[in-house]
Amino acid sequence: MNISTTAATASEAAAKCWSCSAATTEATSFCAACGLVQPPGQSDHFARLGLERGFDIDMASLDRRYFELQRQLHPDRFARKTAREKAISQQQAAALNEAYETLKNPLKRARYLARRLGVDLPGEGRTIDDPDLLMEAMERREALAEATTVQAVQALASDANDQRMALRQSLSALFASNDKSGVRAAILRLAYLDKFTEEARARRFNLGTADQ
Amino acid sequence: MTLLEIHEPGETPLPHAGDETPAIGIDLGTTNSVVAVARDGQPEALRDDHGAALVPSVVYYGADGQVDVGLAAQVRLAQEPDRIASSIKRLMGRGAADVAVLGDMRAAVVEPGSGETDMVRLRVGGQARTPVEISADILRALRVRAEVALGKTIERAVVTVPAYFDDAARTATRDAARLAGLEVLRLVNEPTAAALAYGLDKAVEGVYAVYDLGGGTFDFSLLRLEKGVFQVLATGGDAALGGDDFDHALAERALAERAARGQPGASSAGEAKIALLSARRAKEALTDASQAEVNLVLGGIVSVHTVTGGDFENLIAPLVDRTISICARVLADAALDPAAVNGVVLVGGSTRVLLVRHRVAALFGKSPLADIDPDEVVALGAALQAEALTVGSDTLLLDVTPLSLGIETMGGIVEKVIPRNTPIPVSLAQEFTTYQDGQGAMALHVVQGEREMAVDCRSLARFELHGIPPMAAGAARIRVTFTVDADGLLAVAAQEKTTGVAQRVEVKPTYGISEEDMARMLYDSLEHAQDDMEGRLLVEARVEAGRLLLALDAALAVDADLLSASERADLDADATRLRAAIAGTDRDAVGAAAQALEERSKTFAERRMDRGIRSALSGLSLDQLESKVG
Repeated sequence: MNISTTAATASEAAAKCWSCSAATTEATSFCAACGLVQPPGQSDHFARLGLERGFDIDMASLDRRYFELQRQLHPDRFARKTAREKAISQQQAAALNEAYETLKNPLKRARYLARRLGVDLPGEGRTIDDPDLLMEAMERREALAEATTVQAVQALASDANDQRMALRQSLSALFASNDKSGVRAAILRLAYLDKFTEEARARRFNLGTADQ
Repeated sequence: MTLLEIHEPGETPLPHAGDETPAIGIDLGTTNSVVAVARDGQPEALRDDHGAALVPSVVYYGADGQVDVGLAAQVRLAQEPDRIASSIKRLMGRGAADVAVLGDMRAAVVEPGSGETDMVRLRVGGQARTPVEISADILRALRVRAEVALGKTIERAVVTVPAYFDDAARTATRDAARLAGLEVLRLVNEPTAAALAYGLDKAVEGVYAVYDLGGGTFDFSLLRLEKGVFQVLATGGDAALGGDDFDHALAERALAERAARGQPGASSAGEAKIALLSARRAKEALTDASQAEVNLVLGGIVSVHTVTGGDFENLIAPLVDRTISICARVLADAALDPAAVNGVVLVGGSTRVLLVRHRVAALFGKSPLADIDPDEVVALGAALQAEALTVGSDTLLLDVTPLSLGIETMGGIVEKVIPRNTPIPVSLAQEFTTYQDGQGAMALHVVQGEREMAVDCRSLARFELHGIPPMAAGAARIRVTFTVDADGLLAVAAQEKTTGVAQRVEVKPTYGISEEDMARMLYDSLEHAQDDMEGRLLVEARVEAGRLLLALDAALAVDADLLSASERADLDADATRLRAAIAGTDRDAVGAAAQALEERSKTFAERRMDRGIRSALSGLSLDQLESKVG
């Protein structure tokens, strides 16, 4: 492991190619003049992946764009290039991975959009501040703890899953109408339901292996 | 070389001179290692004269400084166990406490001296050696095998590591390669390498699982294979769970039986090693037989312990259960049902154990795929990736971090900076602050693992950030950036954001090799430059001799009919002598045997020359012949 105090080369929002000094734009990964890879810049996650900004995205085109871009930018493609190009390709691939991970997951995507809207959100994994949601969470957790068969857990999980799907639908409308408090409530609820689904999956597995 | 000179251009069996030297793929395993090379997308494991690709990961350190690797080392285990290092991979990047105990016996661990890191050192062949140095000896032997087989000097390699290897173990592997004179082009995760080789060979697409149970490590990875992209969706494992533990369970059972009979147990690290070897033989026998025996000779008392397949399965069931739980967790991480997996590829020698196959089949509801050699597939994938990185390729591997990375905060709680299964490369930052007014320094403890408390995670490094300007508690903004590169290696950068004051960092890697140690090891290797020069000359002699043998084989394949039976027998005998000399370490013997073979093959070469001229001339009319000559 390496430790240094100089932060990873700050993504110099390059207006000029670092190599040939030709003018470049934020949106391009390669210099139009000399063809060398350029630092990633501070592009919006949606713009980086060539998608229109919004909660509804087409997963297939997200994957397609991500693969296309990684084919050009991944460090494996720069194994025979200079150290500088290798370092820049790593920054590019890391920025792309961050964008992909954020947009792929509905909760992370919603959080990202909400923050841009100026919605005040507690950090990930922080406590629930809505009393109704808190009550619901306690009841649900109790039901999970009392479930003793795979079927019972499955029923709880699929109920939570139906609600997650419905929430994703409503988030799309809430974002469209710029309803900040609605977005906030829906995100906190979705965060809770995602976590519950994970717990239910773990419980279902534990019951499943005990049966064998 | 007479035989070489008569090859038509393009007909020569050797790579063209002047080509860039090839990069090799190495699977550095706990029990066995394999080296492979890929040309034009066709990977091939490099074999010895008996056709064996597996090189036992066993090193013998002789009294005279002689180092043997592989079978040559393994056969000495019974006689000189204290000069043998084996199963060293499990100790890469580990501390003394991680060394397994059999009965009361633990391998001979050397306590770290002052100023040394906690990396474990073992006393083997009368010297304290780190796992890095021992692994370097194995890598050197693999490199020589490749150099002889390819007739070229090899300097670059893709080396595979268990997906679940932590940062310290990855760094140790890379350091070992460096000591062996190999530049690591990429560390590739073993299940990912296996998926690459399998996916390309079978031309499959969809979601595939790789269940990789080796001698010492277990990995389980889920990948999506689509149009040449190999995307790892999630991975998990246990870096200390493998076939060695099966051997261990069998040996412990036999020792318990001896104890019950009042017979002596293992009284030295050497005896423990031999007991484990006997247990391993019994395990291997149980793949085909319904029962086997563990034979022990300890303290002069012989004992025989019969084990049935059922006994064995009962012993190892808890271990196999652990692998199945890990599979389930990885499936959950990827939010996939077992039924959504198109196929499960078995990798690693321990997947030959029947119970393992049954449990995997039960979890996924389908028979696992075993239509590729589980011992060689990882090295083949490494070779493909080595070719991709040096020559180019249409495929792309997108891998993930196996373990979460974080910083210890107040109260010993871990703040995760990069969660597990994040695609790499990745660079993520987290801000921390001071908790006292005027606090000028901050200790940062970097850990890896899934547990909430730092003490339960693996410690990677501690460092101190100095020169924080005086501020009220909570006012400083210290931004810690974690960057994981495509090798899965972590780099940490720290910066105080409100001021531009320069900071100083002190690093103490917890289980690494310090830069001083690395410098010393490299220096030692210079001190032995004489030996190394001798070694270099030996390699060159072997390479030359290898070329001669290749050329002879190629010539015999075409023109064997030019030789009488007795001439052929003489040639074969000389070739066999040369092969034996290559396997040895006497450079003069290699040279002499090569010269003898060359002499012997002169007549054959001349006859081939005559035939070559005749065939070039046959069918030509006198006019054509004249125009050719003129």
